[in-house]
This record gives sequence, C-alpha cells and structure tokens, in this order.
Amino acid sequence: MTTSSTDPGSMDAQTSGNGAKPGPMLAADGTPLKRSLNRALRRQKLRALMLIAPLLIFVLITFIAPIADMLFRSVRNEIVQETLPMTVEALKSWDEETTELPDEKVFEAAYYDMFLAAEQKLHTRLGTRLNYELTGISSLFRKTGRAVDRFDTDKYVDDFAALDPSWKDPATWAAMFANEDIAKALPQTAHLWQRWTDFLQTKNEDPAKEDVEPFLFTSLYSELMAGADVSGLSPRLEQAAGAVKTFTPVSIEQQFIDADKDWGNHEVWATIKTYSPAYTPGYFLNAVDAQLTADGVSARPENEQIYGILFKRTIFMSITITLSCIMLGYPVAWLLANLPMRTANILMILVLLPFWTSLLVRTSAWKVMLQQQGVINDVLVWLGIISDSGRLIMINNQFGTIVAMTHILLPFMILPLYSVMQTIPPTYLRAAKSLGATNWVAFWRVYFPQSVPGIGAGSILVFILAIGYYITPEIVGGTTGTFISNRIAYHISSSLNWGLAAALGSILLAAVLILYYAYDRIVGIDNVKLG
Amino acid sequence: MKLTKALLAATAVAIAGTAYAASHSDMANEMTLVSWGGAYQNSQQKAYVEPYLAEHPDVSVTWDESSAEAVAKLRAMNEAGNITWDLVDVVASDAIRLCDEGLAMEVDFDEVLAPGDDGSTPTDDFGEMLVSDCYIPQIVYSTTVGYRTDMVGDTPPTDICAIFDTETYPGKRSLEKRPINNMEWALLCDGVPKAEIYDVLETEEGQQRALDKLATIKDDVIWWSSGADTPQLLADGEVVMGSTYNGRLFSVIEEQDQPVAMLWDAQVFDLDGWIIPTGLPEDRLARVLDFVKFATDTQRLADQAKYISYGPARKSSAPLVGKHAELGIEMGPHMPTDPANAKNTFIYNYEFWADYRDDIDAKFQAWLAQ
Amino acid sequence: MGLPPYATTGQRIWYYAFRVICGLIFFFLIAPIVVVMPLSFNAEDFFTFTPEMLRLDPAGYSLKHYRDFFQTSDWQAAMWNSLKIAPMATLLSVGFGTLAAIGLSSEHVPFRRAIMAILISPMIVPLIISAAGMYFFYSRIGLQGTYLGVVLAHAALGIPFVIITVTATLVGFDRSLTRAAANMGADPVTTFFRVQMPLILPGVISGGLFAFITSFDEVVVVLFVGSAGQKTLPWQMFIGLREQISPTILAVATMLVAISIVLLTVVELLRRRSERLRGMSPG
Repeated sequence: MTTSSTDPGSMDAQTSGNGAKPGPMLAADGTPLKRSLNRALRRQKLRALMLIAPLLIFVLITFIAPIADMLFRSVRNEIVQETLPMTVEALKSWDEETTELPDEKVFEAAYYDMFLAAEQKLHTRLGTRLNYELTGISSLFRKTGRAVDRFDTDKYVDDFAALDPSWKDPATWAAMFANEDIAKALPQTAHLWQRWTDFLQTKNEDPAKEDVEPFLFTSLYSELMAGADVSGLSPRLEQAAGAVKTFTPVSIEQQFIDADKDWGNHEVWATIKTYSPAYTPGYFLNAVDAQLTADGVSARPENEQIYGILFKRTIFMSITITLSCIMLGYPVAWLLANLPMRTANILMILVLLPFWTSLLVRTSAWKVMLQQQGVINDVLVWLGIISDSGRLIMINNQFGTIVAMTHILLPFMILPLYSVMQTIPPTYLRAAKSLGATNWVAFWRVYFPQSVPGIGAGSILVFILAIGYYITPEIVGGTTGTFISNRIAYHISSSLNWGLAAALGSILLAAVLILYYAYDRIVGIDNVKLG
Repeated sequence: MKLTKALLAATAVAIAGTAYAASHSDMANEMTLVSWGGAYQNSQQKAYVEPYLAEHPDVSVTWDESSAEAVAKLRAMNEAGNITWDLVDVVASDAIRLCDEGLAMEVDFDEVLAPGDDGSTPTDDFGEMLVSDCYIPQIVYSTTVGYRTDMVGDTPPTDICAIFDTETYPGKRSLEKRPINNMEWALLCDGVPKAEIYDVLETEEGQQRALDKLATIKDDVIWWSSGADTPQLLADGEVVMGSTYNGRLFSVIEEQDQPVAMLWDAQVFDLDGWIIPTGLPEDRLARVLDFVKFATDTQRLADQAKYISYGPARKSSAPLVGKHAELGIEMGPHMPTDPANAKNTFIYNYEFWADYRDDIDAKFQAWLAQ
Repeated sequence: MGLPPYATTGQRIWYYAFRVICGLIFFFLIAPIVVVMPLSFNAEDFFTFTPEMLRLDPAGYSLKHYRDFFQTSDWQAAMWNSLKIAPMATLLSVGFGTLAAIGLSSEHVPFRRAIMAILISPMIVPLIISAAGMYFFYSRIGLQGTYLGVVLAHAALGIPFVIITVTATLVGFDRSLTRAAANMGADPVTTFFRVQMPLILPGVISGGLFAFITSFDEVVVVLFVGSAGQKTLPWQMFIGLREQISPTILAVATMLVAISIVLLTVVELLRRRSERLRGMSPG
C-alpha cells in the first residue's frame, strides 16, 4: 500500500484544494474513497472477466482458431517453394518478359527437384495446384514424374564409373561428403546428397546401401565442369575433375522436352515463376474473376467469369428473401402482439414448429410441393385454374429457392418483430384514431415508425443467415437459384481447390461482418430475442 | 515435418506388408469401410461383408457413407496424420488422384488378391480394369439414360441423341451437373465422330461447340447432383428422360416397377473399387488385406451382381453371374458389359479429365449460371 | 383486439381479410409439415402421393418406413449418436454460456462489444465456412472424427443462442435481489443458486433448447467434423436424400415434429411459470 501523499487521487484533491488542505474523502476502512471505489470497480471487472473467460477461451479455440486457419489458406502457397526449391531459386534470374525459355541451369535445377519430388510423390500435388492456373500442368507433372528417373543422365554414371568403379558405390559418396572440405568445394552436390539421404532415412533405408542415382552424378558433373576447385581433396575427385571435359554432355532441357513437349512452352515456366512466392493473391483474384499471369493481373475470359455473377445473385436473392420475410412476418407478428397472451403463445407454437423441424425435411417437403407433378400444381389443375399441360415451373430456379428459404427463415423475422411490437402500447393507435386519423394514417404515421427497429433486427438477422445458406439452394435451386456457398462447398469437397474456397469464404465472411457491425450499431446485439 | 511423418507412415505400410505374409495372428478386429450408402452399399454388405463376418465372428464393421467426399477427407486426414478409415470405395478418377498424391497405398495385385477361379492371375483376370497401381476394382458401372415409357408416345428413343431432340420428346430431361459425360454426348450428337471427341474437346472452339449444343436444351434440363435424383424425377413423371447410373435404372424398372425403360447407347463405363489408405497401422492393414482378398475373389464379385446390376470387374466372374436374389431374374442381360448392351460405349477418359476438369468445369459452371 | 361494435363495413371486411391473410401465412409456415406427415405413411419408396393414397385406399398406406426406422441398425445407431452428442453439447454451451452471460450483464465489462461479437460469431459465420475451418483444424489436432470433436463443434454452434436468451432474461433481472441476499449474509455461490438461478432459469432452459435443437438438426458441420462413428440423425437423413430416396426420413421427421411439440409445450409452461415468479403480466 502506498501512502496517501503519493496517491494520485489525494494529489488531485490537494492541488485543487486551494491550499486549504482538506483530507481526502475516506471509505469506512480508512482508504481514500476514490481508491476504494476504483478497487471495487476493478474487482467487479475482474469478476466479470473471470466469468466470461472460460467461454471466450472455449470459443477462441474451438471456433475462431479454425476459421482463422481456414481463411489463411486463401493466401498460402508454400507448396511451390517446398516442392521445387532449387528451380524457384534458379528462376529468379530468368526474365519471363522475354520469349526465351529459361536456360540449362534452370532445367538442371528442375531436374533435381523433380527427381526428389517424384520419389516422395509430391510432384502430382504441385501439378494439381498449378493446374488451377494453367490447364495441362497436372498431366505434365505426372508424365514428367514418371519419366524423370529414365533420363539419359545415367550416361554420366557410366562415365564416372569408367574412370573409377568405386563411384558407383554409395559408401564412396557417404565418405566423400562426410569430409567438410569436399562438401564446401561442391556445395550443390553436397546439398542434394543431404536431401537424398534425408529422404532415404525417412523411408528407413540405409543411404550406404542404395544405388547412387544419376541426378547426383549430373550435379557432380555440372559442378566439376563449372570449375569447382577440388585440388588436393581426393585423388578420385581430382581424376574426375580432369576427365569431365571429355564426357559428352546431356542436354537436360532436351530430356525434359522429350518427356513432354509442354516444357518447351514459355507459359509453363512463367506460371511456375509467377506462383513461386510463399504467399499469393492468386486465389483472391480468382475469386473475383481475375487472374494473375506473368503479365500482371487481368480479367478472366468472359466465359469463365462466374463468381461475380454468383456474389451478385447471392446478394440479390438474400435481399428478396429478406423482403418476403418482412411481407409475411409483419402481419403475423402484429397479430401475435395484439392477441391475448395465451392465444398468442399457442399460435407462437405454429411459428416455432417449422423452426425446429429438420431443415432437410422442410426442404424436401418443398420439393414435393413445388415440382411440376407436385402438390400445388396438382391442386391448381384439380381446381381448373391451370391446364394439365400448363403446369407451373416453381422449382429448380430462383423462385423455388426464394420460397423455401423464406419459409425457413421466416421465424427469424417474426421473433424479433414480435418482441418489438409487444413493447408498443396499443393506446397510441387509439389516440391517433381519436384525433381523427384514418386507420391507414394511424398505422403508417404512428405504429409503423415504432416497429422499424424490429424490422431492422429481423432483416439483418435473416439477411446474414440467408447469405451463407447452401443446403437448401443445392436441393431446390437448380442452376439459377444457387448461392456462392454452393460453390465454396464444391471447391472444398469436389475440386479440392481449398485455397479458392478459402478466398471465396473470406469475401463472404467480410460481407457478413460488415452487416453484423451495422446490426450491432443500429440495433445492438443485446436486443435480439428468440422465443 | 509433415513430409517426414507421411514418409514414416509409408514405411510402416511397407514393413507391415511384409509382416503380413509372415503372420496372420495380429489383426485388428474393427474395420471402417467407406462407401456410397444406398443400394450399392447394401450389395457390398450382402455379397461380401456378411459372408466375411460369418467366417470371422469377432470382427465388426462400421460403414461410413463418405465416398463422395473421400478425396477431400483423406487429404485432410493425411495432413493431420490420423487415418481413421481402413478401406475406401471410390470411382476410378478419384483413385487415380489419391494414388498420385500418395494418399492411397500401392498394391501388388498378384500378391494381395486371390487368383481367379479359372486359375488366371489377378493381373490377367482384372486385365485392363487395373487403371492405377493403388486401385482394386470391384464393378463396372455405366452412366446411361432412362425414359418414361408412357411419355414418349409410340416411338421410344433408341439412341443417346434423343436427349437433344425436344421436338420428338418434349418435356424436361435430367442431366448431371458437371461437364463430364454431357460434353461428350453433346459433341457426339453434334456430329463429331466418336474417335475425335477428345481432340475436339481439347480446343476452346470444341468446348464452346459442346456448350452450344447443350444450350439448345438448357431450358429443358433439370441438373442433378446426387444419384438418387433422376430415379425420383422419373418416378414422379417430372422428367421424360434423364441420365443416371444403370444400377439405379434397374432398380426403378425391375424392383420398383415404374413405367421406365432404358437406353444402352453411348453408355459411359466407369469403375468402382477399393483403395487402401496409406499410413494404416500394422494390425489394421493386416485385417484389411485379409478382407480385400476375400471380398474381391471371383465368387464374391459374381455374388454382388445378385443384388445390383453392375458388372463384376473380373473376367472370371462373368460366367458365375446368376439370378437376382429377390426377383429371380437373370442378371446377365442387365449388365452394362453384356455384349448386347455394349455395342456403343464410351470409357471415362481419366487422363483427359485430370487435366481439363478445372478449366472446363469453370466454363461449364459459368455457362450454367448465366 | 376485438372488433368494436361501431366498426364500419370497410373495417369489418379489413378485419376479416387480415385474419384470413394471417391464417394463410400460418398455413404457409406449417404446410411442409402437413405434407410430410401423410407421405411418411406411403407404401412406395418415393416422395410421391400415389393415386392409391389420393383415393384414401388403405393399400396405399403402410407403416413400413416406421418399421424401417426401428429395425435398421443404421437409423438406430444414428438416433443414439444424436442422443449422445446433443445433450453433451448442450451442457457445455449452457454451462459456459450462462456464466459468460452473467459476466457480460455486469455494467463494467471492458471490450464488451468485441467479446460479444466473438461469442455470437458461430451464429453469423456462414456454416460452410465454419464447417470447413473446423474440419481442417480439428484434423490437425486429432479431433476430427471423434466424439469429443463433434461435441465441441456443436457446443460452439449452440453458444450464441444461450448467450442471447440468457442475456435477454438478465436485462429484466432486478439486481437489488442479489444485493438483498448478500445483505442477509448469503455468500455469492448461495446467492447464485438460490436467488439468481431460479429467476433466470427459463432463459437458460430456452437457450439450452435452442442449443439442443441446433445440435440435433445440424448436418453440415457434423458431415465434416464427424466420421462414421458419430453419424447423427440429420447425417443419416442427408445420406437418405442423396443416395436412396426413402420416405424413412419423413417418418423420422414426423416423429421429431411430435417431440418438438412436446418440447415447445414445455417451454411455454416454463415461460408462464417464470412470468408468475417475476410477477409480470399473468398469462
């Protein structure tokens, strides 16, 4: 405890006290009141936070963390760097603006990366990833993965072995790179040897027993040709360094192009280079019908633009659904609010019953009712309102989605409307009428303005829920009645383009959060009542 | 790190594979089988799961109807290093994807599978059905077209192009909500010779041409996304014809006795079969291998045809295909592979769709949404 | 709001027209349920009113879909799973949620808006995003495909309902009651259980019911987070719709509607009780 002279509260009191020095106001236990109050307030705050903390932590872990993790996928792109590290490095010095293909160095790097990736079966994953950006890369990688261990580079193995048969012995290699000087003189080969042995060890295989693969010889050849200084390190190496100039070189570029002619396609390389950073805006651009190419950002071809349409449609349909909910919900809420409590509560069960019936069942029920041979058409034909051949088309289009979703979301409109209307005293209406207002004027000028908060609450609730729906539109929406969420679901479970799904999801979530913020500002989240 | 884990798991599999040959004793007693649900899963249950359980009363089987999301789920399980499935039923294109990504275990067919009843090796017996090193096919099914007999007048359709003939066959038709199969049929009916279809479909113009052909009936199409849709639509008289799997049509026609008939023209063959996820612990792998050997032998595959009209993937099973278990009708003529039915067929082009799926699908969906 | 005796003809017409309109809207609300009930007695395996059914021919009706539900191990397992998952999830959301709501209702909570937004978020984040996020994240921490994983996911989804309903009850809560209790020497725990709890109980129960129904009717998240061992009723229904159309799901729905009616009646009775206790307008 500090003395009262250093307490800011009492300092205040002293300085403002005109020198008369009245003592600070004290609480019952003798501490200054201000401090005592502050302490009580702090304790109260602490107590409140302690009560909230368990749930907050619970929600953060079980809900917020997963969502954040999911949305983060929309920019992550490490797969290119991780699968083709050397290629990405080598491509940095290649100018994709020129029409020329990358040089032999890049092809060599790609060969090493590809060989190791194919051994680990990672190349096809990368192929799938890059196929989102350029059609055909998927099979290009698959084919090359199969071809890469049959490249003509095994010629180097024979060449080296002709100089000294011990080159073929993996123990030679293990011993060679155990020597730090050699590893320093031949950094690339040493690095590849390291990756190779790491890989073998994860497979529980002994590097000293496995064949030395041609790609290691290729790297050795290439480094020795580049003039790596190995003098005095090992007689075997010195002999090889002297002899490599007599080897006939193998063009790795040619090997790649023989495996698949697409490697000669400038666009393939440009795509790899464009998507080599660990984070990419590519998915987000894709989500707004644009694409990232080597030439920068451009719009997708018109016949592939879909997300713009879907976002617009999702918003348009959500607004329509919200409006329908207001139209249908308002009279019902008014009736409920103006009936005696007991009757209202019984009618309330009719509102809540569908609310608590399985969503799947309600959606299928709408299917049964709305289809051309369905209940509504049957009744209309039976009544003679329409002819048998003129049955109405009410499902697998926007109309079907709007009807089914209005039905599903209507209780979310009625409940907040009802709770607001309950608080409007009926005497206001009577007063207006007794002052000479007609029914309509009394309603429109007196009652309606007071019910607007309820409309606001219900509308935003309905809109937020509608915008994220996907099962109902999937079942009754056909092609024109589906939402952006259907596409997200498709990318998550069928096309496996999780990055794009995350980008679409982020945009959708941003829209919802803006609405939530508006809702909280206008209505306050505390004012929602359910049942 | 993740890679290391995956590789370690792969190693465990390799070791387990050899260990299996040595001892039969250490087998898990619980298996989670993943399949499609519905009549197909029922045929698997009847034809090989129940007989297997009768022989091994201490084993229990849980079904997970997640085949439709199998690739996504296996990928996530693999990321997490926690494989909860033992044996997964998938279509061939998914199996190829899973195998490519190292999510499915490569299988030495001659070692793991039982030889055919006629003494042929599994490799010969399955023959060209072995489209991937990881994939053990069970059945051949086809996507084809069924129609309401009471809605087509006196001239029932005889070929696939009836789909596009709204003059003769007015009314709605149902097609699958994806480009695969529909694009091929559209080009075929637009006069492209069968052999050239994929060459045409590789080009922008070819894709547009297929979409233009589909556009002629766009207003008359109900697009389905689950196998149960077309049978329901046909039963309701909601569509005059629609594409679906031949087994579904068999069920509507023969079991439910609805006024429906089917076409075999231009049916598209596809396979359905098992994959074993990589990374199973030794005891579970041993159990799965034991089960798979039993479940894909000649007799079991032939038995499956008693419950559903899909053709066994083994050649040696064909002569053993008998009568339907409940209806007592000969199943042979209902097999998509029956020579009378297989006069004009397509085979799902896995290679082509692996490459063009993303691209054509984007165009197809954009076209649908417009 | 009866019709006054001096009402004009126009007012009379409007009065009755309005009631008819409301009646139609109520009908719209329960129409799907009305349609589902007879179809669940369909003798055929499709969602179609057969001519026999329309003629009220007994041959068109059967209880086979109900039998199917009670005799199929899949449906039984699904029902038990639902009954194992929903109460646990409800318990978690109600336990944590009630405490937090009480904390939130005190006047001096820092960052109240932000905290509220986080706690409400499971309701406003589109389900498909939640499902996918939980799926990836839970896979990584080993919760995907486990009972605990599904319970936690469903508890998270139920929390906003508990928070909203309990906070709403606390708005009408008279704080002098707890002070009085404290004054008379009750410690905080006693005060909570003997004074506060009985009064906010209806809000807690109503929130709990919402949480329960959320879990009981939830299909998207469980489809992702769960595995075969946690197949719930809605999941089984979803498979039923996707792979083989069978009116069994309609039979299930009919039974669930019956249960819902019981639950709703309970809520209504509780509400009347609470209003009596709080001395508010009698029913």
